[in-house]
Amino acid sequence: MDTETMAAETRAKRPIRWHVGVFLAPAVLVYTAFMILPLFGTLQLSLFRNIEQSQVFVGFGNFRTLFGDPNWSVNFWNALRNNVWFFIIHMLVQNPIGILLAALLSSPRLRFTAFYRTAIFVPTILSFVIVGFAWKLILSPIWGVAPHLMDFVGLKSFFTPWLGKEQYALTALSLVSVWQFVGIPMMLIYAALLSIPDEVIEAAECDGVTGMAQFWKIKLPLILPSIGIISILTFVGNFNAFDLIYTAQGALAGPNYSTDILGTFLYRAFFGFQLQVGDPNMGAAIATIMFLIILAGVCVYLFLVQTRLRRYQF
Amino acid sequence: MSTATRSLPRTIGAHAILITYTVIALFPVILVVMNSFKSRAGIFGAPLTPPTPKTFDLIGYTTVFGQGDFFHYFQNSLVVTVLSLFFVLLFGAMAAFALSEYRFRGNTLMGLYLALGIMIPIRLGTVAILQLMVATGLVNTLAALILVYTAQGLPLAIFILSEFMKQVSDDLKNAGRIDGLSEYTIFFRLVLPLVRPAMATVAVFTMIPIWNDLWFPLILAPSEETKTVTLGAQLFLGQFVTNWNAILAALSLAILPVLILYVIFSRQLIRGITSGAVK
Repeated sequence: MDTETMAAETRAKRPIRWHVGVFLAPAVLVYTAFMILPLFGTLQLSLFRNIEQSQVFVGFGNFRTLFGDPNWSVNFWNALRNNVWFFIIHMLVQNPIGILLAALLSSPRLRFTAFYRTAIFVPTILSFVIVGFAWKLILSPIWGVAPHLMDFVGLKSFFTPWLGKEQYALTALSLVSVWQFVGIPMMLIYAALLSIPDEVIEAAECDGVTGMAQFWKIKLPLILPSIGIISILTFVGNFNAFDLIYTAQGALAGPNYSTDILGTFLYRAFFGFQLQVGDPNMGAAIATIMFLIILAGVCVYLFLVQTRLRRYQF
Repeated sequence: MSTATRSLPRTIGAHAILITYTVIALFPVILVVMNSFKSRAGIFGAPLTPPTPKTFDLIGYTTVFGQGDFFHYFQNSLVVTVLSLFFVLLFGAMAAFALSEYRFRGNTLMGLYLALGIMIPIRLGTVAILQLMVATGLVNTLAALILVYTAQGLPLAIFILSEFMKQVSDDLKNAGRIDGLSEYTIFFRLVLPLVRPAMATVAVFTMIPIWNDLWFPLILAPSEETKTVTLGAQLFLGQFVTNWNAILAALSLAILPVLILYVIFSRQLIRGITSGAVK
């Protein structure tokens, strides 16, 4: 008790600890100046409009245009719908495959796991430009690699130039993106599976719970927090995506806007394309909507998936 | 011992699935690199076979080196990535040290504030970032990219590093204080060397998105002098849509440096990701 009060007194008397500020300042300054302020600046810009060379406050006018003016709203809802589909494909294909691969990798005494891990993660480190173009070439009917491969399994008649058809292009690109990023859920789930204590597994084995039953009843519930994390990472990544579509289909997200997602829509609104001039305020309005969507997703995650983020360091 | 008898078919099954997926993951990469060393006839005649003496041709590479200023783009990417990485690691480690070492008013709040950027992508602030860069005259400079990427990398770096710095023994730091070392010396001489493995992990996580980014080079620095290799490759590929040799060579050139770095650092990267598990 006595020593505590003494400690408190010395702390109170201690001069200002400048070094704390020195340690924090560079990071806080750069982060605030180039991340936080622009983010709020963008939110603010979405409430203004450029009328006769000056910024005029229009309240939610830009959003009314975005939702109500058919010139904008058709594209906006199309981009949003596509983005939701993009996300659904990731959740239904990428994450289950990732979990399956992680479950296989973590099986005890399996050999070559380091090789598999390294190899399956390779696409994730590649740039979107490489991935987009490489797949564009592979799926191209001119080169004929895809039909050639499908011929091996007798499916050649199913081949069509997927990226060029409105009804398939978005799904095809989503699957390319899944191909690229499957390594991330695989690694995170793998880490979670390794962290399950041996005693739990041994106890399950003593009770006769093995194999598939063990995975579904013991391991899956224990890795649910990690599945929550990969879901929110997928959500944020998908609603922020741009590069792959831009590389493979260009800013117009063809054919006929069928692969347009919010990122490419934002880019076109902000920079303009063909005859339409760029409009920073409308760009800001779209960025604001994306911000709200991502924020909503993160909130749902934080409130519903009661989990401790920090333990998994992601 | 019944597990031993049951596990053979299961092991074979596991290997079969893993090998299948490994092939799916590597096939496009191998296909591109393989065909980049072939003549046009070889690329279209037999895309799935490795280059033979008959189809071997370096025409694609000569076109790329003759046309695009790839060496220059490569240099830009290197400067941007290395400097951003340096600032992220230095500033991130300093802030992480302050947050994990000192108790001060607003510590938790500051931690949350800095963690905000992990979930909210910096890209959403692009409109205002561009205005800021125009106002400060930084458009079309590498400095613009470096500043943005530093801000982008900091949140995750601080988050991971402060977890690791909490594990550095207090006795060591207090021993240093008793010996009269300043707080700065304690940080640079005692703590930094101890968290070096964590720094390497953060470095890999920070480096890959910066090297691969297309969005900010496209918007903040699209001029010829400041193009990064990703943007350069993108434009080059757009120009040469019909020259398959050149495209495949350019793609291979873009793949190889990253692939080599990855093979060198993959152990570090994977250990970093799975470190939550290794207790």
